[in-house]
Amino acid sequence: MATASAVERETLRALPSDASRQVQWGFADRYDLQLLVQSSRAVARGPVARLVAGGGRNSHEWTEAKAALLEAFDQAGITAVFMEPEEGGLFAGPKNFALALIAFELAWVDGGAATASLAGCLALAPIHERGTEEQKQHYMKLAAPTTPGEDRKPWRGAFCLTEPIPYVGVDTGMLNGKIRIVEWKTGEEPILQVEKRGRFITNIGFANFVTTAVDSDDERIKGSCMVILEEADPGIFDRGTPTRKMVHQLSSTGDPIFNLRVPASRIVGGYDVKDGVLIPRYSHSEVIEAVFRRTRVTVGVMTTAKLLSAVEPIIRYQRGRFRGADTATPGSVRYELGLQAREDALHRLVDLWATGEASASLGFAAARVFDELDPLEKEVEKLYAERGISGGKAKAKFLRGVADEAVTLMQLPRDDARRSTLLSDLRLRFVALDSLADVLCPAAKLWNTGWGAQMMREAVSLMGGYGITEDCPGFLGNKWMDAQLEATYEGPEAVQRRQLSVTMTNPVFLAQFREWIREMREVASEHPGTGACALATAMKLWLWTLDHLQHSKDADGGRLYQSARQGVTFPLADALCWLVAARCQIVDVLRLEKSGANDASLAEGLPGLVKFMTDLCNVQSARASGEVARICAELVFGYDRHPAWDEDGKRACWHEDELDALENLMPGINSYAIDVIAGDGSHPAKAGPCVNCAGASRFLSLHAKLDGCLTGSRLAKDRAADAVSKMMIPEALDYPA
Amino acid sequence: MSNGYHIVVCAGIVPDPLQTLEPVMSGSTPALKNEMLLPAVLDPWAAHALYEAANLAAHAEGSKVWLVSAAPKSKLQQVMMNVAQKAAFELVPIDAPANGFADAHSVAEILAQAIHSISGLDRSRLLLFGGWESASRGAGVTMQLIGEQLEITDQFQGVDRFTVLPDGSLEIHERIEGGRHLVSICSGPPTVLGWATGNLPEPRNNPQVGMANMRTIMPALQKTKSTSLTQNVRYLSVMPPRQQRQTRIVKDRSAEEIAAELLEWISQE
Repeated sequence: MATASAVERETLRALPSDASRQVQWGFADRYDLQLLVQSSRAVARGPVARLVAGGGRNSHEWTEAKAALLEAFDQAGITAVFMEPEEGGLFAGPKNFALALIAFELAWVDGGAATASLAGCLALAPIHERGTEEQKQHYMKLAAPTTPGEDRKPWRGAFCLTEPIPYVGVDTGMLNGKIRIVEWKTGEEPILQVEKRGRFITNIGFANFVTTAVDSDDERIKGSCMVILEEADPGIFDRGTPTRKMVHQLSSTGDPIFNLRVPASRIVGGYDVKDGVLIPRYSHSEVIEAVFRRTRVTVGVMTTAKLLSAVEPIIRYQRGRFRGADTATPGSVRYELGLQAREDALHRLVDLWATGEASASLGFAAARVFDELDPLEKEVEKLYAERGISGGKAKAKFLRGVADEAVTLMQLPRDDARRSTLLSDLRLRFVALDSLADVLCPAAKLWNTGWGAQMMREAVSLMGGYGITEDCPGFLGNKWMDAQLEATYEGPEAVQRRQLSVTMTNPVFLAQFREWIREMREVASEHPGTGACALATAMKLWLWTLDHLQHSKDADGGRLYQSARQGVTFPLADALCWLVAARCQIVDVLRLEKSGANDASLAEGLPGLVKFMTDLCNVQSARASGEVARICAELVFGYDRHPAWDEDGKRACWHEDELDALENLMPGINSYAIDVIAGDGSHPAKAGPCVNCAGASRFLSLHAKLDGCLTGSRLAKDRAADAVSKMMIPEALDYPA
Repeated sequence: MSNGYHIVVCAGIVPDPLQTLEPVMSGSTPALKNEMLLPAVLDPWAAHALYEAANLAAHAEGSKVWLVSAAPKSKLQQVMMNVAQKAAFELVPIDAPANGFADAHSVAEILAQAIHSISGLDRSRLLLFGGWESASRGAGVTMQLIGEQLEITDQFQGVDRFTVLPDGSLEIHERIEGGRHLVSICSGPPTVLGWATGNLPEPRNNPQVGMANMRTIMPALQKTKSTSLTQNVRYLSVMPPRQQRQTRIVKDRSAEEIAAELLEWISQE
């Protein structure tokens, strides 16, 4: 028996506990969310895991076993989370963070189960966000899970936007779904004919109602809108054939066909009539923007869960890799450590874990921001109504009025008295937070899923051949494929990059970003091992690059930073995601360190946990900085034409005879000259004279500084790897696999 | 019984059974390595008692369930996030360093004191439930000792079934050797029942129940004060139960042959 008094150097001792995650991700004071985590986990690691282990993913059809999960979701309170207490929900107030936690727990085992649970919320979201009060009350009540003794089946919904190629998909504006008026008696409500073909529509196998996007096919209807269709409406409600997808098989997906007559009261958000024309209050794009900017965060968190869920099975596999072999006897390094005796196996696992942590921090930070934003948005909507402001342009103009003050607010020191005055302005608070949400949402969707999918491949590779079998513990092969879908649905990567390329240049956001640089330097000063200093330098480099690109032209005189130049804007958006994710990770670890000290259940292992998490921050910051440096360097220099050995090029070089003459005056100058043209006119064997970096000296100095900032990052990785090789893990996974 | 029962369930918390349990010496007493860091669950034996209590309360109008638990407060709070969703109860927490190595007499004493102090508890209707055994190093005597301290003489251990008869008396099935049960009739409360596994499945989580329970659980946890335990037991040595796994792949063998081999193997132990 060991002796506990022989305390080793503090390091990670066990996998992070629920209590530590609650502190780290900011819900230690929300027991309602903690209850929800436990109930979601019980469903995920119970019925969901059993269904996956039993081969439930091996069919495209919607089966009874899959349908049973919906009841499990209902009973666990998952379905009701989206609703308010009076509608059958669990708690009042914003639900973004709660939904993100549910998605995390379900996707820990299976992404399809998470999608199945959340697709119902997605169907209700247009009604919730933009529906009339009558629509909200009617459909929320129908969709609420039954209470004991209640004799009804809860309604399930589907959200139908995507259409068969070449229509709406990556471009939400290319609608083929049509709506027209077929009957409009004087003094009565118009009757509409809705035609829509959907593609890849989740929940369609069992949906009782569908919220769908359609465009006007009638001069008496203005623009597009979203309409609610019910399965009993007169006409065709054809669910179509199940999609033969290779991922998320626990969710129902199909290509439906609708041709239905519905009353105009089904238009989401209602309509007005002006000069005999029916004008929907919200266009389909206004509705889906309000919906997607929230639900995309939960999708990002689904891939996060995959990454973090891979850690335990990989450690177990690595440690047990050689057990059973004649040469691996108990007590030997091979037996005790297995593959973890190899540095590469540990380092790659550390990279995976660090990515998972950053991804979680980004996703949950985004969800928390939307929880903060929701009530502000409602207040601002009231302001619009009070002042008679309608239409996207008028609203934007109304908000632009405080943009300068919002920038000022960001720049003020924390103890400045003017802050409280500025913060008392609702409009200003909204503009500030909205600018952040506009970046965090696409960043979480893009980076968490896109880079997450790459890292899931790494996770699978760390399990060797086992990784691509159905027997792989933790279903890692499935998760790798599922991550690819998560990178695609609800707006593929290109859509997120496009959005970021606009929102990241918002002066309000950039003011906040500058504040983050200062914040990271402060953090670095007090917590030098976090990698915050390197991150701050990388942020500065990114900011310099953005500014440079916004004011520069390429070798042919074309503007660099412009909407159509996605070769410039998209990589810069990618670079920003790395920075934002790494910053969120550091902020979360600081919260863990500070608040965790007040939690008795964390006290014992907290120093070791914080140390390990700090090392992961350092690893991730270094990786993020490297990515940013690479991307920025390519963008800054990549659009200049490389000098050639032509007349212009040679003119910029030294000539051998010049140098010989100067050598007498300045001994040693020969050794400093890089490009020298020989007496016979020959030149060094390379593409051309080296680039004159005039104008980029600031960039080069920042780049060089950033290189130096990476000092110690590999030591952090070594420490993290060492901790991973020594920590305790459970004897077995807590779900069948 | 028209007024129902007052059911007090005594339940400790233990490390999740999937965790690696490695005894270490902490000063002069043993402990489990990193026990405070490992996820904990309600002791499974006591959990069965809780499910039976909730079921009984649901069928006997006017009944109420209390869950009395001695454990480190912060760990108990985490466990409650799951347990509170399974049944309606009022928590009586005792913030104490109770674990598998604590002195059963000391634990029984503080549990009995806590039960004594429950406001409105009617001893004439009291059913004291708990686990017959424990998933930690259970001494197997805690429930008996609590009953003695509360002067309850009708005690039953290894209970698998509990039925209220029409005349209000209680029929109790206690587990005995050979998979059989000893059936007793008890005139009524107060009674101590140390449960074996009972007959009920683990209830599904219901966050609505959890939210309702939490309204009293959180204030109770905040109010509870730290209590120390006296340790009159001296441990010379502790070790986890011996476990041996011998796997062979054998084909074409009949069920009888396999059963015979298993029997022979068990006989060697």
